[in-house]
Order: sequence, then C-alpha cells, then structure tokens
Amino acid sequence: MHPAPSLILFTVLSGTGFGLLVWLGIGLRAPTGIAAFVLFGLGYALTGAGLIAAAFHLGHPERALLAFTQWRSSWLSREAVLAAATLAIMAPHAASSTFAATPLPFFGWLGAALALATILATAMIYAQIRAVPRWHHWSTPPVFLLAALAGGALLAAQTGLALALLLALALAMVAHWVFGDRQFAASGSTTGSATGLGGPGRVRLLEPPHSGRNYLLREMVHVVGRKHARKLRLLALGLGALVPAAVLLLPASHATIILACGLHLAGLLAQRWLFFAEAEHVVGLYYARA
Amino acid sequence: MTTLPARTDRKLGLVIDLDTCVGCHACVISCKGWNTENYGVPLSDMDAWGEAPEGSFLNRVHSFEVTRDDAPPMIVHFPKSCLHCDNAPCVTVCPTGASYKRSEDGIVLVNESACIGCGLCAWACPYGAREMDGAEKVMKKCTLCVDRIYNQTLPEEDREPACVRTCPAGARHFGDLGDPESTVSQLVTARGGFDLMPEQGTQPVNKYLPPRGRDTLATPDLASLCTPATETATGFLGWLDRALERI
Repeated sequence: MHPAPSLILFTVLSGTGFGLLVWLGIGLRAPTGIAAFVLFGLGYALTGAGLIAAAFHLGHPERALLAFTQWRSSWLSREAVLAAATLAIMAPHAASSTFAATPLPFFGWLGAALALATILATAMIYAQIRAVPRWHHWSTPPVFLLAALAGGALLAAQTGLALALLLALALAMVAHWVFGDRQFAASGSTTGSATGLGGPGRVRLLEPPHSGRNYLLREMVHVVGRKHARKLRLLALGLGALVPAAVLLLPASHATIILACGLHLAGLLAQRWLFFAEAEHVVGLYYARA
Repeated sequence: MTTLPARTDRKLGLVIDLDTCVGCHACVISCKGWNTENYGVPLSDMDAWGEAPEGSFLNRVHSFEVTRDDAPPMIVHFPKSCLHCDNAPCVTVCPTGASYKRSEDGIVLVNESACIGCGLCAWACPYGAREMDGAEKVMKKCTLCVDRIYNQTLPEEDREPACVRTCPAGARHFGDLGDPESTVSQLVTARGGFDLMPEQGTQPVNKYLPPRGRDTLATPDLASLCTPATETATGFLGWLDRALERI
C-alpha cells in the first residue's frame, strides 16, 4: 500500500496525542496551572496536527463534515466522531485543570475512554480491510494501541509505565510481523482464485491491461518498500521501542525523557511507513505483483 | 446510508465469457466514451500527450497465460470491472454515505457530490474496481450504465451497458442474476460460471464463464524433425561445414 506521508503523520501524531489524553484523563498525572496548560496543550496540538494532516489526504476536504454521518457501518466515520467527541468531552477537564486547578474526573475518565476508542477506531480502519491480508488480523490493533499509550506515557513522563508499554509495544510489533508474513498465504487468494483459471493450470500475467501507471498500482501495489523491510523492522523495533526503553533506565531527567520521546517518535514513523509500504493488496494478483 | 441492503429485488450484473473474449479492448473504449460523456464527472486522462500518460478507466482487460501439464498453454483475455457484490466491502467503509448499493437492482454506485476522495473504498475492494479520478478527485466506478439501461430516450436495443452493446464477440451478457429463469442465470448454470476470489467473502453478482476445453491432436514428435541439417550434410555443404569447423 502507498505510504502517504499525510496518513503516517496523522496516525503517529494523533495516536500519540490521544495516548497522552488517556493518561491525563484518568488522572495518572494530574497537572494544574502552567503544567496542565503545557500537557493538555500538547495533547490537543498533536491530535489537531494529526487531524489537519489527515485532511490533506482527502480529495475534497470541504466535504469532510459528511464523514461524521456513517458511524453505523464505517470505522473511518467512527474515528471522526470519536475524535471530535474526545476533544469536546476532555475540554472542561483540561480547562478546569489549567485555570481553576480543579480536575473534573467525570469528564476526564469519559474523555479517556473516548480517546482509547478513537485509537482503536484508527486501527480498525486498517484491520477491517480483508483485501490487505497483512492488516486483517488481530495483531494490528495492539500495535496502534500500545504505540499511542507508550508515546502518551512518555510525554506524561511516567517512566515506569512507559518502560512497560514500550516493551509490550516491541512484542506487539514482532507479533504483527510474524503473523503478518503468513497472512497473504493464509488468505487463500492466488492468481488462480483471482482469475478463476487456477483449476486448469498455472496462471501468469501475459499482458497487463495498460502500459503506463494507474491509480491502482500507485495506491495498492507499492513494491519499493518491501525491499528494505528487514532493515526498517530493526529500525522500528530499536528506535520505536527498545532504545527508548533503555534510555528510560538511565537516571531520570528532562533530557532522558525528551531523548526517549524523540527516539520513539522517529522509530514509530519508520514503523508506520513500513506498515503501509510492506502491506500487500490482493489486487496485485491481477498485476503479477502481489 | 452505507449499510448494505438486506436483500435486493433484482441482481443486475454481467456475465463475461472468457472462452469468447478476443481481448480487443473495445469494451474498455466504449465504457470510457460513454462514462466520460454522461453520468458523473468525465473519466480524465493525465499527461495524455506526455511521457507518462495514464487515465481513469472503469473496465480493463488483462491477458493471462494458463500453463497446463497435459496440454498446450492457453491465452485467456480477462476483462475486469466492478462485480456489484452482494456483500460489497467498498460500501460499508465509506464514511460519508457517498458509496451505496441500490436495493431495487443491486447496482453499487457513488454519489460524487458526497465523495470526499479519501480512497478507502478503493482499498477495501479486492478486485481493483474503483479508481480515483486524477482531475476531479472523486471515486469512479462502473455504474452498470445505469443511465442507459433505464433510459427511455434510447432505442430499446441500446438499453444495456455500453461494454455489452459494443462487444463484437458477444462475450459479455447483461441481465438479472437474481432470477434463476433469466438468460444470464441459465448461461451461468449451463457453462459453470464462477465467482472471482470467493474466499474474500464479497459474494460478487457478476459471473465469469470458463474457457471451454480445446481440441486436441495426436502431436507428432516435432523435435525429431528439427535436428540440425549440417550434421548429415554431404557434398559441398558437408565440406563447408567441416572446413568452417576447423577454422
């Protein structure tokens, strides 16, 4: 699949932002005054930046409000509704913490639950797509959830929690790769089933339908990324989870937290790029490039 | 609403005969022509006279080679367009309600004025039946020529999809696949019509008919007729062969 920078930025930034809002919502860290302003501000800025990045992915962003209507069937619509609800419900808690030094646990906990649901909805947009077998597996949502919660815990400077979540994230990433590598074969889709000609013999593409590129090849038959998959996996695993976890073991200071955050986000960008780039869509079977 | 209808009154769709298709791409061109001039935004071409031309199409013809152990290989031309699935994954993922399946005839359509161009429906389709238009940034797909089949201003013989109307080989058939008595349903039964990627759970309405078995001949041992002539050459040619061999 095409690793669109807008989608990578959106899932990483807003995921981390919602992760931070989860921890601030349940009061694991209950800042007041300036500290609350900075932390809640960071949560809102990250989610906001992510949502703006996502809008750049749309062909017609001026119609984006329609995306709030189909929450009964569409995970993308659910994500939009949940994201907006999170930011609205969390606002009284954030404002009261900042300006009145009084957290409002009701709004905080409800907002945290909505933030968690938003992260899950983002993951389900991908996990629901059966035509991309690597994503269509239970191991996809844990990667998104743990990445967001670990990033949020890092930003909230909860070192113990962040350490545990980073290690869990490492496991989730490895699980997603191990299971993911078997998913295409497990889906049962082959050039034979795609053409229905597998019964009489072995099928191969003789002539593609067009000599140039097209939308399908650009969007869904991205093969460049698969070449460097192994290196990128090490980069994602190391920078995204293991190295920041090791940094957290150093004596705690602002510098170690900032360093761990930077490394984690860089690793996560690599992980997310690879998440798209190495995912094979079954339509590639019609182009001999699955 | 992007939930799928529980059932559709009819299941209009295509039956494509892989035995008859000659791979002429006339259906591709007539589809592009009709759907550029009629319902929805035109199917644009990008960089049409440049170095890397490309365009939006609702129907494309692939050609496959089937290699068999016990018979010569077969070339199969393979037209592919939207299959108007009963369990269409492209419809339920749409966040705006632009993508929908009609309960009266089962046609899957896009309301272009509600499409935000997010591309998720194209990702959800296993068949590559949807393409985002490069100029208008809205999703394009086969409409089953909904603006022809019910069009009272057209002569009756033209009230079928443009691809079916134009096919010079008679490889494309249009009808109600929900009615077991219809011509297309009987064709599917008689010829063993099949679904593409049934394992994807999409329950496509369109069916494909397999290539018929080819005639077979007792093939002579062609290799024995092809031994190099020079090995048994005599006279001048023999001398030339030996002389050249020595150089």
